[in-house]
Amino acid sequence: MPFKKKIAARAAQEIHSGQVINLGIGIPNMILDYLPAGIEVFVQSENGILGIGPRCRKGSEDRNLIDAGANYVSLNPGASFFDSALSFALIRGGRVNTSFLGTLEVSANGDLANWIIPGKMAPGIGGGMELAQKAQRVIVTTSHSTREGAPKILSKCTLPLTARACVKTIITELAVIDVTPQGLMLREIAQESSLREVQEKTDAPLLFATGDIPRF
Amino acid sequence: MIDKTISGAKALNQVLDGQTIMVGGFGGPGTPFTLIELLCQQGAKHLTLIKNDANEPGMGISKLLEAGQVQTLIASHIGLNPLAVSMMNRRELEVLLYPQGILAEKIRAGGAGLLGILTDIGVDTILRESRQVLHIDGREAILEKALRADVTLIRAAVADRIGNLIFAKSGRNFCPLMATAATKVIVEVEKVVDTGTLDPDQIHLPGAFVDHILALDELTPDYGVLAHHAL
Repeated sequence: MPFKKKIAARAAQEIHSGQVINLGIGIPNMILDYLPAGIEVFVQSENGILGIGPRCRKGSEDRNLIDAGANYVSLNPGASFFDSALSFALIRGGRVNTSFLGTLEVSANGDLANWIIPGKMAPGIGGGMELAQKAQRVIVTTSHSTREGAPKILSKCTLPLTARACVKTIITELAVIDVTPQGLMLREIAQESSLREVQEKTDAPLLFATGDIPRF
Repeated sequence: MIDKTISGAKALNQVLDGQTIMVGGFGGPGTPFTLIELLCQQGAKHLTLIKNDANEPGMGISKLLEAGQVQTLIASHIGLNPLAVSMMNRRELEVLLYPQGILAEKIRAGGAGLLGILTDIGVDTILRESRQVLHIDGREAILEKALRADVTLIRAAVADRIGNLIFAKSGRNFCPLMATAATKVIVEVEKVVDTGTLDPDQIHLPGAFVDHILALDELTPDYGVLAHHAL
């Protein structure tokens, strides 16, 4: 399975029925494709929608209905529309159970850096800062390393932060890692990977329980 | 009978050089493409625009940026418009970027007659460097000043003749907020109905916030489904 799909499929298992979730652009946007049958979830979009369904097939798009990533989307039963202030009342008011975000860097204490590379990339903050700071649970879905092979999981972020100590779980193609008060706890390892590989590609100490680490 | 509909030729008469203009829309939906086109033709310069995004090259407010009519853009995310990003990087355009919901609240505050809001969003980030930080009950808070505009341009699906508005789906976004926060509010609508025919319970924005209505007699391709965003 291509690594992005593997990450999205694993992330889908973190969703529980009845939750309100928000999906960032990139890998998070693929998560709904892997939602286990019977899970009823309310997908919120910053531009004022609760209850987004799958992306529209060609020919069934509505010109007035896009998500925050400009994709034409369908609606699930019970969906609603509202303005941008109310949309962010949902977010900042703490009604979003889980926010799935991509990232540039994430640190051992859950600091998230995903919005600016000074001098290179600064398209704006969008809704990411409010989601990172105020969602009940922030799950980062990301490739374990950069395209150049550098680690994205670090002892300390080098880029300006999106929010401090906000990430609860990191899901990569190699591992599922929880951010705990004691440090990064390795919860699962990918079938194709090894403890050694995960440790080598992570630039922060990893804790793990004794015995076999579950595989995904 | 009050009738706020006006012709396209007159709609943008009141925009002057150096004014601040709020423009509704999040991506395509809600963006008043026709009013923007009229503002391009009208030619006002040194404008400050307030909009969530910068549309995409060749579309919406990007046309105003490309024509050099805009001095400052206040927005949340302009990543879908590489042209706007490069103008910002070359310092041909001053860009002020805010967290999206904070931009919405700054506008809401302006519309509600408030001077500003207090928020902890970004208080642990580089945002604090350019902002006033206050202490509220032992917590740090950023002071964000309210935003108002001289003119607001928005799009709605339906209006009656006194300006009661109904928006369509994700086209609502910033439009009703911006309509509360400007001296003059001009709305373009796809359908105008007689006053009294809309169910008061279904109205998203009361007509008292609307000064002028432009009835669209044609929807250009910008209003349609954009093939490059479809599957």
